[in-house]
Amino acid sequence: MSVELFFQSLIDGTLMGGIYGLVAIGLTLIFGVMKIINFAQGALMMLGMYVSYWCFAILGISPYLSLPLSAIILFAIGMTMQRGILQRMAGAPDHNQLLVTLGITLFIENLALVIFKPDFRSVTVDSLPASLSFFNLNIHTTKLIAFLFAIVLAIGLFYFLKKTFIGKAIRATSINSQGASLVGVNITKINYIAFGLGAALAGVAGSLITPFFYTSPTVGASFILKGFVVVVLGGLGNFIGALVGGLLIGISEAFGGVLLPGSLKDLMTYLIFIIILLLKPSGLFGGKTR
Amino acid sequence: MKKSHIFYGIGLILIALFPFVTDNQYFMHIAILILYYALVSQAWNILSGYAGQFSFGHAIFFGTGAYSSAILLSKYNISPWIGMFIGAIIAIGIALLIGFLSFRYKLRGAYFSLGTLAFAEILRILVQNMDYFNKTLGILLPIGDNPWLFQFESRAGYFYIILILTIIVTVVAYLISKSRLGFNLIAIRENEEAAQSLGVKTFKNKMIAIAISGALTSVGGTFYAQYLLYIDPPTTFGNDVSISIILPAILGGMGTILGPFMGAIIIVPLGELTSHFFGGFAGIHLMVYGLILVLVILFLPEGLVGWFQEKMRSSRLKKEGNQNDITET
Repeated sequence: MSVELFFQSLIDGTLMGGIYGLVAIGLTLIFGVMKIINFAQGALMMLGMYVSYWCFAILGISPYLSLPLSAIILFAIGMTMQRGILQRMAGAPDHNQLLVTLGITLFIENLALVIFKPDFRSVTVDSLPASLSFFNLNIHTTKLIAFLFAIVLAIGLFYFLKKTFIGKAIRATSINSQGASLVGVNITKINYIAFGLGAALAGVAGSLITPFFYTSPTVGASFILKGFVVVVLGGLGNFIGALVGGLLIGISEAFGGVLLPGSLKDLMTYLIFIIILLLKPSGLFGGKTR
Repeated sequence: MKKSHIFYGIGLILIALFPFVTDNQYFMHIAILILYYALVSQAWNILSGYAGQFSFGHAIFFGTGAYSSAILLSKYNISPWIGMFIGAIIAIGIALLIGFLSFRYKLRGAYFSLGTLAFAEILRILVQNMDYFNKTLGILLPIGDNPWLFQFESRAGYFYIILILTIIVTVVAYLISKSRLGFNLIAIRENEEAAQSLGVKTFKNKMIAIAISGALTSVGGTFYAQYLLYIDPPTTFGNDVSISIILPAILGGMGTILGPFMGAIIIVPLGELTSHFFGGFAGIHLMVYGLILVLVILFLPEGLVGWFQEKMRSSRLKKEGNQNDITET
């Protein structure tokens, strides 16, 4: 492996890792507050991609401009999911919650398949140069922008949770929901907001990747599994951890892609997942053991 | 002999007479699918419904069964009847490996589910990348209506084979549920620490459960390969396979003997009907499955059988209550 290839893989992996981190931050937020492992996060991301795709295909709007719209629509969908379905699931066994979000995933993905057809669609951003290069290394502009967005959003969310009242209420709920409700936090409302935010993050991630990732109904499946890996890796409720976990997965995948033939690079992700699950599961995934 | 045994016996005879009632090949196909889903779901039920170890990756064993017999037949000309047993043995090996890793390191609840999901994906990727398994092209099995090669001229042959296999699996599940092993598994499901403190060897019991469940699921995989005569990695090791194995038991009632069968009786025709009426839309039956999954867990968390038992119990209580009123007055 040459030095250039090494650094090229490192850069590609880091940029993609930021996106994984963004998906994982949404998962972590939802798990932290409601103790629900949201299988549907990948499907929600796919919806975000379609919002940006249709804005681009019909109105010619760049995905970076349709990003807020995608966030708002997904926030509403996330809130509706929490309100209509998951709220009733409070206190249900782990596997039932997992199954409900799996059912929602099946429904959303196949609804998208019925409505949008399984075609692979792509969005192009013409106003930007395709890639920047220096020292013989290529950096995809759109990936770089997505990465920077992911970092800014993660930091923004971090401050939102630290400084604002709602943010503090969310953190209080995730630490001890009964205690939070005793001191006057409206748990139901916080759950709506947290789920909405989690979904919005998935939507934003979806919009950000449309310029360099094909939009299709089943695109979420590979992201959701990576999202789980990242959440387990980074630690629950730990936003910085999720981002770091995302980078680790992105980089290991990029190196796997160079070193391993065929689709074996995906093996890296799952192997890391199983090793982490076996060796350090509960400590990284919150203290919940049953 | 109990009254319920006679009831089940009559039911079985009626099912066995089905090929004489109709020679409509499509109805036969549906009946075969129902029995086949009842089989794999029952196998899943042993590990997940009874022992409470919720596997999201039963495609691991299903694919193992399908690929074992298919490779043995297409490459070495070994009959799938033998391949079925070899597949089951390989599935037991894989089950014990996964079980050892998961239970030794105490993967529980959602962790175990996600772990099995990841194991299934690993197997799918491995098979997809190995020349020996024909990579993504899959395996096309040689055609010939030779019963020794697990192939039949009419669907009735397949029907009786899957009927017998499903009966065997159901009886195994029933015997387990009435045995010491079954009680141990239920105890583990309800409260693992308490079970352990009472002397239940939780690790050993869970290992036995995953081995039996894996072996029986692999039998379903062999049947699938022989029935369709074509397999490829996504349709044997994919996530959709795992979901379709889970669904009948969830709908019918986890941890009950009749549950998987009841679920399959509803799920299969429903899927076929939606595919039939909305044939132009790929994926619409999965959309319906997703909807069913959400609705069942919201409104019938115990499944149909559980709901029915609850009804029976409450009506009996009401009747007894009325009798008490009469005696009092």
